Amino acid sequence: MHDNRWLLPEGIEEILPPQAARLEGLRRELLDLFRGWGYELILPPFIEFLDSLLTGSGKDLELQTFKLTDQGSGRLMGVRADITPQAARIDAHQLKREAPTRLCYLGTVLRTRTDGFGGSRAPLQIGAELFGHYGLESDCEIICLMMETLCLAGVADVHLDLGHVGIYRGLARQAGLDDRQERALFEALQRKALPEIRDLLAEFAVPEPLRGMLGSLAELNGPDALQRAGQLLAEADAPVREALEYLQRIAALVHERLPEIPVHYDLAELRAYHYQTGVVFAAFVPGSGQEIARGGRYDHIGECFGRPRCATGFSADLLTLMRHSGHMDNGPDRRILAPAAEDAGLRAMVAELRRQGHVVVFELPGQTADALAMGCTARLVAAASGWRVDELVPT
Amino acid sequence: MRFDAPVTIALSKGRIFKDSLPLLAQAAIEPADDPETSRKLILGTNHPLVKLVLIRATDVPTYVQWGAADLGVSGKDVLMEHGCEGLYEPLDLQIAKCRMMVAGLPGADLARPRLRIATKYVNTARLFFAGRGQQVDVIKLYGSMELAPLVGLSDLIVDLVESGNTLKANGLVPLEHMYDISSRLVVNKASWKMKYSTIMPLIEALREAVGGES
Repeated sequence: MHDNRWLLPEGIEEILPPQAARLEGLRRELLDLFRGWGYELILPPFIEFLDSLLTGSGKDLELQTFKLTDQGSGRLMGVRADITPQAARIDAHQLKREAPTRLCYLGTVLRTRTDGFGGSRAPLQIGAELFGHYGLESDCEIICLMMETLCLAGVADVHLDLGHVGIYRGLARQAGLDDRQERALFEALQRKALPEIRDLLAEFAVPEPLRGMLGSLAELNGPDALQRAGQLLAEADAPVREALEYLQRIAALVHERLPEIPVHYDLAELRAYHYQTGVVFAAFVPGSGQEIARGGRYDHIGECFGRPRCATGFSADLLTLMRHSGHMDNGPDRRILAPAAEDAGLRAMVAELRRQGHVVVFELPGQTADALAMGCTARLVAAASGWRVDELVPT
Repeated sequence: MRFDAPVTIALSKGRIFKDSLPLLAQAAIEPADDPETSRKLILGTNHPLVKLVLIRATDVPTYVQWGAADLGVSGKDVLMEHGCEGLYEPLDLQIAKCRMMVAGLPGADLARPRLRIATKYVNTARLFFAGRGQQVDVIKLYGSMELAPLVGLSDLIVDLVESGNTLKANGLVPLEHMYDISSRLVVNKASWKMKYSTIMPLIEALREAVGGES
């Protein structure tokens, strides 16, 4: 038992050199990217009172949230499992701007369960949210920013998955499904379990043509799904047709701005269905059985904080992006070893080298490890004219 | 069939493998080796891009969910127990059919409070009884369920029943039908999206092989 004291909890990892330095480099580049697009950085708290943390979010998030009791107030607190609702609260309640507001964030979230394979319970969530605008342009901006983020992170071969929750929601409402029925059908749709979908529609006695339309959703995916949807859903009511039309228009816009990205349409893919209200999207890459970034429109969450605001955004786990990054590891920094000598000239030389961005490490008196063992490939040596950097040739 | 991308199909040895072969043959996929004689875990096929991996039945959803295989054939019993999210299961292959049942000694009382249920389907059994408003104690076993009620380890068992002969030979009777079980085609979500042009025709071919329905 005591032999295992070094073990970390499941889904909790530590990042060592040189990955930690790479991660930090990527973090800086991405925040600079967001800044260039006008997204202002926020740093929401790691822990909050549970009721404000969970306002407007679904049951899933509550299960995912670690809780503890505040010894001061006796109230329950939660460690954030998702930063998006915090950003929505900040926009609606703290900033209270009328103008469109663009926010970005990067921080660790904690989840009670892993949602991925060998998955992390402490993802480093990075994301951007755009509040205060409803329309194609804001959705498309977020999709483009997500793609740019993946590109900057060195993630190649990205496929975009695009859907719209308004289509299923509208059809379910038109069919008069109650909450329980809608959930059951939703759950079968997420699995594209056609036999079960057919049985459920029969059990709920959904009449034609709605039965046919709801039944076809699981098959409305692929590059040509939108054309087929136009025909198959012709008899749906106005909100459903508007949602489909919105999706068609955003598809055209995305194609225009990102012509090289393969897009897969899927009308039955309803991620985070309970708080999404419009377009939903995700990025997939070969070699990952799961999406690596996702987002969508969620227009009503601000209402819970007293101020309805349209909203769209995306987020990803920076650690996942790093794992799928094709960027060559530049290797460790070039390090220069300085001898353990008390010499003003040496100190001045070291200070100058450090100012130029070199890494200089002082040898410590009495140490036996040599330069190579300390990861140094060069050393400072005394020469007649002063101190000089000599490259070490590994033997 | 034309394949634009490499495809890995996960199957379990035994009945599912045997019953899947004719369906795969309809899609013009034939294994290069016989798993009964070969000890290989990865089998090549007549298509250079298609390979079969042979794994335990309960591992098929795990392999497919995490993308270690693109497709797989998995019993509905395994899928229900695994928790079905994270996978597509578009097709009922109508093979390896059986029933999941509650069984026990003749005259066993199903309404008794706090029944002890022996099963390898722990989650499925608990959900089933919870759905009827019954709290039960579930005992996880890995095999020979039929023994449990005979030696007083449990009141009832939840297990797959094909012919009912094993139950009968041990003096047990089926008491309640829970679910009809058959094997499903399962597909990894990312593969579905990224290898769409390969996987869709394959699903269509299998759908035709099954008989167009479902």
